[in-house]
Amino acid sequence: MEMNRRQFFKVTGAGLSTSTLVALGFSPAPALAETRSFKLAKATETRNTCPYCSVGCGIIMYSVGDKAKNVKSEIFHIEGDPDHPVNRGTLCPKGAGLLDFVHSPNRLKYPQVREAGSKEWKRISWDEAMTRIAKLMKEDRDANFVAKNADGKTVNRWTTTGMLCASASSNETGYITHKVMRSMGMLVFDNQARV
Amino acid sequence: MSSLQSLDIAARSATTTPTPQAREHVVEVAKLIDVSSCIGCKACQVACMEWNDLRDEVGHNAGTYDNPRDLTPQSWTVMRYSEVVMPSNEGERLEWLIRKDGCMHCADPGCLKACPAPGAIVKYENGIVDFISEHCIGCGYCVKGCPFDVPRISKKDDKAYKCSLCADRVSVGLEPACVKTCPTGAIRFGSKEDMHEFAAERVVDLKERGYANAGVYDPQGVGGTHVMYVLQHADKPQIYNNLPADPTISPMVSLWKGVTKPLAVAAMIGAALAGFFHYMKVGPIEDEDDDGPGERRATEEETR
Repeated sequence: MEMNRRQFFKVTGAGLSTSTLVALGFSPAPALAETRSFKLAKATETRNTCPYCSVGCGIIMYSVGDKAKNVKSEIFHIEGDPDHPVNRGTLCPKGAGLLDFVHSPNRLKYPQVREAGSKEWKRISWDEAMTRIAKLMKEDRDANFVAKNADGKTVNRWTTTGMLCASASSNETGYITHKVMRSMGMLVFDNQARV
Repeated sequence: MSSLQSLDIAARSATTTPTPQAREHVVEVAKLIDVSSCIGCKACQVACMEWNDLRDEVGHNAGTYDNPRDLTPQSWTVMRYSEVVMPSNEGERLEWLIRKDGCMHCADPGCLKACPAPGAIVKYENGIVDFISEHCIGCGYCVKGCPFDVPRISKKDDKAYKCSLCADRVSVGLEPACVKTCPTGAIRFGSKEDMHEFAAERVVDLKERGYANAGVYDPQGVGGTHVMYVLQHADKPQIYNNLPADPTISPMVSLWKGVTKPLAVAAMIGAALAGFFHYMKVGPIEDEDDDGPGERRATEEETR
């Protein structure tokens, strides 16, 4: 850039006066501060129970939109429910990280089956899954059901199949699970599973 | 934009015009971290990342529980685990001291003092020290100015990041995310006065349990902090992963910003004034040869 002495003084003079003004606090863009806006202001709140352990902490899930017809809800924040008697708002590191659990790409979204001897998981429909489970349960129960023990006493036991249920179920769900499984004679089932 | 202020500002970096002073009757808040009841579960780290929309890289196990190993632009709080052998009635015993590290929100913030970017660091009336990232120039002076070595500069955008004490939550009347999630109640939040009262109760309890030197960490060298600790061994804060016993702002920061900067500004104004008066009295230096060729041609044309 070609610049003579006068131009040089003009440019440096302007630079000096501007920087001096800024240093004295006359900055052109006023230095203002604003906290990040509160991201939950109008989010939809949904109460739920943490799916991990059997403590069953209460959580609140915050999703975008107000459930209007044209809006697709999406959970974007989860924190403890302060009104829940179990945890009163607190969450352990697993519960505090539930958001990424909800959106995990590794999450199981549909029933899959791995046939005996196969290495591959195959996707099946819910109907297929239910039919298959019912069929296999019946086969096993027919083959291994113990109606009477060695002393001839009626016991009605089915000990060759077990069941794990959700630990975060409500009392009512636990009661129904118990009734259904016990009515078939099943003894091995855990409704407080740390699964 | 100023009308949208959700928290009243007490001080701004590199700004000499006064901040609004009228609304000063604001509750001073504080976070109290009771090191003695922390189990090191890291729920606070997770809740912090979740609330602030941060996700740090998955790190490597370096043989300790510290993960991530240090504060980063994506990890604004980390647990520091120290194994310390302390004397006891039976001779010696091993103690596992777990300190939640992060911004202390000093009443006299070294970062704010050192920052040269106008309005990039602000202190609100309630005591929170916050970084306004859009004004940050990424110079890193705040890192040098911080007595606790807390701010971290992002390599991605060259801006400084640290704990904001969830200013966005506090501004609408909520507690910070780490406080809410803490399962053992080791992190508490409230007015600074209430936190001091609660801390005093904890200290009495700890002393009854044999921690003779239990106490509150609210260092006066930085004017007190809005993040305070209850320590089992308050006489030796260094054993908690080098928590400074008497933190102060580096004398270089005070020297540079306190004395040198006004002097330099005065010298600059003096030089400009001297130049102006010299010009008025003596006039410009007359030296035809020094002018550029273009200008000389123009004057020649004018004379013709």
